[in-house]
Amino acid sequence: MIRVTRRYRFAASHRLHSEQFSEGENRALYGKCNNPHGHGHDYVLEVCVSGPLDPVSGQVVNVSTLDQLVASRVVQDFDHKYMNADVREFQEVVPTSENILRVVEKRLAAQWNSVFPGGGTHLESIRLRETRRNVFELRTS
Amino acid sequence: MLITRKAEFSASHVCAQSSLTPEQNRALYGLAANPNGHGHNYVLEVTLEGDPDPATGMVFDLKQLKEIIHKAVIEPMDHRFLNYEVQPFDKVVPTAENVAAEIWNRLEPSFEGSPARLQNVRLYETDDLYVDYAGARQ
Repeated sequence: MIRVTRRYRFAASHRLHSEQFSEGENRALYGKCNNPHGHGHDYVLEVCVSGPLDPVSGQVVNVSTLDQLVASRVVQDFDHKYMNADVREFQEVVPTSENILRVVEKRLAAQWNSVFPGGGTHLESIRLRETRRNVFELRTS
Repeated sequence: MLITRKAEFSASHVCAQSSLTPEQNRALYGLAANPNGHGHNYVLEVTLEGDPDPATGMVFDLKQLKEIIHKAVIEPMDHRFLNYEVQPFDKVVPTAENVAAEIWNRLEPSFEGSPARLQNVRLYETDDLYVDYAGARQ
């Protein structure tokens, strides 16, 4: 099996704050990340795809097709945005890196079969680097 | 336990198939189909798996691993035009996937009968694109 991993970048701000907790509880739980004005990161998103090697093209996935999917469904909507206000899903859920991964997975999965028909190309995992020290991974297959 | 050794080589390639027209190759491979080729600084990560030898405390001798990678990969591929100078890329398109698999095939025999086995080959074509290959058996 061959896995192909492609790296994307977006710069975005967020605030970790849950309506289910009091002001004090939010500060205690999220610390600096609860700052009312938000703060930002240069996120690095790694999308890992697996599948059979196409004997004709010599490719597991057409990288420019993957680029177009990730750009149109994720990067364009997230880059240079305040996620809590500007990205629909985060009006409902806290934009922790864990929740960002779930949203990215949902957005990619919704288009996956029409972009990569035939069922052989799998979204294997998604990794999100919030900072150089904080990396989150969602295994999707 | 896993140990990984990194190596680099610079090479040029063209991604195109002789059975396709220039327009079809361009549609499939984009800029990489340029007939005159283009190059990359490939970064290779070779991972071995095994138990540390109780006497040496090593999974595998890293100096020896460096030599194996050098002979099997760096010497034949560094500063080469893969399509013209490295088989089987006269017949097989040197996509990152195919180059990673070829590197695996060239490295694996060196570890036959050794306590460490070749666990993974990771090939970075650019900082933002890499391929992992762990052999045909998986």
